[in-house]
Amino acid sequence: MSPILFIEQVLNGLQSGIMLFLMAAGLTLIFGVMGLINLAHGSLYMVGAFAAAAVAGWTGSFVLALAGALAAAAAAGAVIELLVIRRLYDRDHLDQVLATFALILIFSESTRWLFGSFPLYLDVPAALSGPVRLPGGILYPAYRLLIIAVGLVVAAGLFALIARTRIGIQIRAGEADREMIGALGVDISKLYTLVFALGAALAGLAGALVGAIQSVQVGMGEPVLILAFVVIVIGGIGSIKGALVGALLVGLTDTLGSVLLPIFFSSFLEQSSATAVGSALSSMSIYILMAGVLLFKPTGLFGEA
Amino acid sequence: MTDPVGQNPTAEPAILQLKNLRKSFGALKATDDVSLTLRRGEIHALIGPNGAGKSTLMRQIAGGMKSDSGTVHFAGHDVTPLSTVARARAGLGRTFQISSLAMEYTVLQNVMLGALGHEGGAMRFFRPVMARTDLIEQAMQALQRVGLENHAAKRTSDLSHGQRRQLEVAVALTLSPKVFLMDEPMAGLGASGSKRMTGFLDGLRSEAPILLVEHDMDAVFALADRISVLVYGRIIASGTAEQIKADPVVREAYLGAEDVA
Amino acid sequence: MRRETLLNIVLFALLPATALAAWMLDEPFIITLATKAAILALAGVGLNIALGLGGLISFGHAAFFGLGGYAMGILASHAQSYAPLMESPFLIEGTKSMPVIWLVAIVTSALAALAIGALSLRTSGVYFIMVTLAFGQMLFYFTISWPAYGGEDGLSIYVRNGFPGLNTLDPLTFFGVAFAVLALVLWGAGRLAKSAFGLALSAARQNPERVETVGLAPYRLRLVAFVISGAITGLAGALFADLNRFVSPTMFSWQTSGEIMVFVILGGVGRLFGPVAGAALFILLEHVLGGLSEFWHIYLGLILLLVVLFARGGIVGTIAGREVAHD
Repeated sequence: MSPILFIEQVLNGLQSGIMLFLMAAGLTLIFGVMGLINLAHGSLYMVGAFAAAAVAGWTGSFVLALAGALAAAAAAGAVIELLVIRRLYDRDHLDQVLATFALILIFSESTRWLFGSFPLYLDVPAALSGPVRLPGGILYPAYRLLIIAVGLVVAAGLFALIARTRIGIQIRAGEADREMIGALGVDISKLYTLVFALGAALAGLAGALVGAIQSVQVGMGEPVLILAFVVIVIGGIGSIKGALVGALLVGLTDTLGSVLLPIFFSSFLEQSSATAVGSALSSMSIYILMAGVLLFKPTGLFGEA
Repeated sequence: MTDPVGQNPTAEPAILQLKNLRKSFGALKATDDVSLTLRRGEIHALIGPNGAGKSTLMRQIAGGMKSDSGTVHFAGHDVTPLSTVARARAGLGRTFQISSLAMEYTVLQNVMLGALGHEGGAMRFFRPVMARTDLIEQAMQALQRVGLENHAAKRTSDLSHGQRRQLEVAVALTLSPKVFLMDEPMAGLGASGSKRMTGFLDGLRSEAPILLVEHDMDAVFALADRISVLVYGRIIASGTAEQIKADPVVREAYLGAEDVA
Repeated sequence: MRRETLLNIVLFALLPATALAAWMLDEPFIITLATKAAILALAGVGLNIALGLGGLISFGHAAFFGLGGYAMGILASHAQSYAPLMESPFLIEGTKSMPVIWLVAIVTSALAALAIGALSLRTSGVYFIMVTLAFGQMLFYFTISWPAYGGEDGLSIYVRNGFPGLNTLDPLTFFGVAFAVLALVLWGAGRLAKSAFGLALSAARQNPERVETVGLAPYRLRLVAFVISGAITGLAGALFADLNRFVSPTMFSWQTSGEIMVFVILGGVGRLFGPVAGAALFILLEHVLGGLSEFWHIYLGLILLLVVLFARGGIVGTIAGREVAHD
């Protein structure tokens, strides 16, 4: 494999990793602050993508589409937090899993009912549809570079939010000790709604950004949700830094595995079986990575016991 | 000064020996260079104000918490690297300060669990365990000894705090341990209950020695062959009840303070 | 007689009564629905051992359901094409015999549960949920990308497999086979819950520290429970594949894991007959609501949400009272 192709694949891995980060960060934040496992996070990703596709369809503007995705996902997040999720904070994980599983069913079927079963397409804005020439003569799609940049900016913003702002202090206090933030006079239920909506908005943004590369369809959120779980298991639950490291590891492993493993096997197997073995193994590579982390650090790379 | 490490050559050999145990949580030294022994036939009481690190030390002995350094020798073996399960199997019978019981179960079922543990395993998948008359007999005997035999069919969550303490002791009894580690068995028992438990523990020491953490000073002074005083994770004195009562350091650091009980 | 015992008898009789009535009315489709309910209940009984007795929230039981299904699919497809599975170092041929297929399904899923459980049980709480979900998904993607047995399209088996002395092509007979397996496993699971192992496993769910203190290792108890649980769900997968004469990666999907969990919860966690009630209700809802609306999952979701928020004991718990018997 040529170095150019390799760098291209690394960039693809970064791009998918950074999108996973947007999902995983919300999940891990919600778990860290509220102690809630939210399976419906994938539905919020889907809501973002559909909202973006709908707004782009009406207005033709990609920027408005992204704004619509953020707003719709945050609103959907706030609504389910107020109606359902806040009843689950004091419940055990089993109840949380089931109730949020029920939310997936409701979200998915409602979306199918509203938009039909056929995938929608969200077009990459014309200005970004071409490739960009990178140093070393590498041609890389401008839109994917934009995704990486947006993801990094959001990640930096999130770290700054948590490290420097008032809300961030409250979030960190909430992670350390739920009783304490009540004692500090913070309105906990407002904080919880806010954190949930923030996590939802991040998921919706990821859904919209990725929706323009892939198709927008019902059920698109759950595979990403499960990948985000893998990210969290690797990174350690409740840790934003762990989510970032885990997401990049998973993104790179997944992308490079699917390219490199068939090549690796073709060096000593015949082509057809090399492709078969390689693709089968690469489909499992991130889970093998997760299993490896579990063997050595059951609480994840940055997790605490 | 008395004999804190228990090196007195005329005494019984130590069955449990802690050497230089340490445990810190950040800057807090919960266990600071603790050495002590428990000899056959004795009750060794561990007293100290709240937050002195008694429960942490008990966890380090029983295996629930890894020590930063130091060793635990038990029945001639270094058990420091062993898990809680392995230490229990080796014969450490522990009761908890905050009751640690299967709350959905009946009293009898909790004690049956101890009998199963003593039998050496629970990998029997077919025969109803409540048809095991031999185990039930052991369990009922243990309940009888602590005075809970009339509550065998009660749901554990319906027991009073004192009764839960008694149940903890009953479960430990079914294990026929070589050593009892008891964390506040008198708490919540009331005057008559405490008296009864004191009489019971008094007789129990001949079966297996007891390392006893207890706040009830009457019980401690009545029962203990030796007393060690733990303050801020350090043993500041160790000796007989009379020696401890007379020790000026103890009086100042602990007994002199308002919180005696 | 306790209310739960009475309810259990009613629940248990419900499926064969439905199947018989459908047979008399000549409604083979209803017999098939009853068969499906019995098989899904079996999968739920498997999960309930891990979930109800052991408190292990496995969101990856589709892995075992799928492995059981593919054990059937692979063995039967080789028998159907007369091509052996393997010729060296020794010959393994396909088979159309249900008992052999069941045995392979049980062993395969038990081994998978041993491997997945050994890793997943190093974690607890939310991690365990996410890790089991991830391992289920791993097998899902593996089946899709492995081309030898149909990949994404799955495998069709043209004729239902045989059971010595029975005509399994007859819907009522096949229902009888599935129901007999369910009855046998329910009996075994009931014994298991009351055994020494059941006592210790359930204690480890309530208070692991207590179990350790009496010298029993919660990890081992849980791992064994997970293996038994996976093996039963694997057996259900083999029967499910035989019912449909078709296997596909869908059997491995996270939705399948979720649905098996829904049977257990709708019925009542930790209740022996909970999964039977849950699976029967699920099939009924699918049939009735599915007839009313293409989007019946919305209603299923709402019902599930209401059960979780307001009727936490499930059907059995709501009817028979909250206390779980420990006699």
